[in-house]
Amino acid sequence: MIEAKGLTKHYGDFIAIEDVTFKAEKGEVLGFLGPNGAGKTTTMRILTGYIPATSGDAKVAGYDILTQSLEARQHLGYLPETVPLYTDMTVREYLRFVGKLHGLANGKVEKRSGQVIDICRLGDYRDTTIGKLSKGFRQRVGIAQAIIHEPDVLILDEPTIGIDPRQVVETRGLIKSLGGEHTVILSTHILPEVSMVCGRVIIINEGRVVAMDRPENLSNRLGGASRIVMDVRGPDREIVQTISKVEGVKAVHGENLGGRQRYTVEFRPGKDLREELARLVVNRGWGLLALEAQGLSLEEIFLKLTTREEL
Amino acid sequence: MRNTMLIAGKEFRSYFASPIFYVVTAVFLVITGFFFALSVTRPAADASIRDLVSVSQFILWFIIPALTMRLFAEEQKLGTMEMLLTAPVRDTEVVLGKYLASLGVLLAMLLPTAYFPALLYWFGSPDSGPILSGYLGLILMGGALLTVGLFASSLTSNQIIAFVVGAGIILVLLFIDAVGGLPGANPPVFVQRLVAIFQYASIRTHLADLSRGVIDTRDIVYYVVLAAAGLFLTVRSLETRRWR
Repeated sequence: MIEAKGLTKHYGDFIAIEDVTFKAEKGEVLGFLGPNGAGKTTTMRILTGYIPATSGDAKVAGYDILTQSLEARQHLGYLPETVPLYTDMTVREYLRFVGKLHGLANGKVEKRSGQVIDICRLGDYRDTTIGKLSKGFRQRVGIAQAIIHEPDVLILDEPTIGIDPRQVVETRGLIKSLGGEHTVILSTHILPEVSMVCGRVIIINEGRVVAMDRPENLSNRLGGASRIVMDVRGPDREIVQTISKVEGVKAVHGENLGGRQRYTVEFRPGKDLREELARLVVNRGWGLLALEAQGLSLEEIFLKLTTREEL
Repeated sequence: MRNTMLIAGKEFRSYFASPIFYVVTAVFLVITGFFFALSVTRPAADASIRDLVSVSQFILWFIIPALTMRLFAEEQKLGTMEMLLTAPVRDTEVVLGKYLASLGVLLAMLLPTAYFPALLYWFGSPDSGPILSGYLGLILMGGALLTVGLFASSLTSNQIIAFVVGAGIILVLLFIDAVGGLPGANPPVFVQRLVAIFQYASIRTHLADLSRGVIDTRDIVYYVVLAAAGLFLTVRSLETRRWR
């Protein structure tokens, strides 16, 4: 449904994004994760045809975004970062206008605007002037205008920003339900949102894709074995000293669980120390009760990928 | 075409939803009314709208950019530009739609001035030719200047800047023929030609003919070309926005 190949955008000397390549299949909800200024909005603007890429190309619903721009745009619903609303129109007038703009026939527009008003729960406000709506409702109108023409591809730039927590939950539910029928790309810098809503996540930092996978795979792969939790019975101080001396270990935290101790061992990534630690404990004659490699949480992966500092 | 009319309709309605149209029309009617009253109450005044037409061009100088300043600037400010330019609509359709709306508003603004000639017919027997050609001139000139204002509005997200730039360009177009006074007596031929070009480029010279009842194709061509150039530049300006 969406195919981006080597998208690059330069603003003068500033490189907004470089070589962004990815695919999204039909019905998939794809999360774009990155700190502010990472290039999420730029990528989305390129995909929607609002700005052209410096190089690279992309296809939306099978249409090239540059050479078949109108066709591509026909299959695309877009909620920009600033919700595009005419503040002097009522919700219904606005939705009608956007629907017609996307080529819906008059009869169809009535039907669809009624439907999206229901989907986005705007029923009580259908004849309210948009300028009088609160931020959360404006956001809903923004989503409503993006889906009114039943686009194959839905691009949502920070759809849950600036709305109250209850509405955030509702909006996430709404987005999740839109996947399946639509292919959805959404950008966010809220991490739990990604694991809640997205089937797949692309982490982008300083204009480059640094990781792309399912949220749980990301934790497993990147978290891998850089942290080990082990329960050991034995002399506490000695155990800590011994483990600390193992090459690659950065820190050992111990806690007493009554009769045994739980140690969290952190070490530099890239090396699996599980076997070595197990052997060490057993050789010393201590009781090894449990040993488990722990994956990093999405927060930790994100920080790891987007900060230069070595963890 | 459907998209153009859709955008035109939306813009036209939003003119009447905001106070801009009413304020601008009120100001226009007050000033034209004042000058019309002056022109017909002079001793030996003739029953014509010539003065009305010639004063209108100076009023339109600031009325036109006031009408057009929000057309694109506000879309950029509200962020709706992003929706409009990512909808399956051509830039040309967007520009034409907005232009048609502003043209409609100009006509709506000129409509109440019909009571000036109505008064002339009531109290005198004016020559209909110059009245019709005078209105034709106002519509042609206004129609051309709207594209200048539209272009200015496409350059910025700030309505005041759009207004000032639009009014600035129109002012230059109004008085560009004044360079004819620069060369002294008997200037060389190429200077004369240059002066002729500047005179042709001036808005005033063309309206003068029309307000006298002379319909010259050169004058009509001038306004049509100016309008086409303005629309073309606006479409280009939208395109370059995508590149910035």
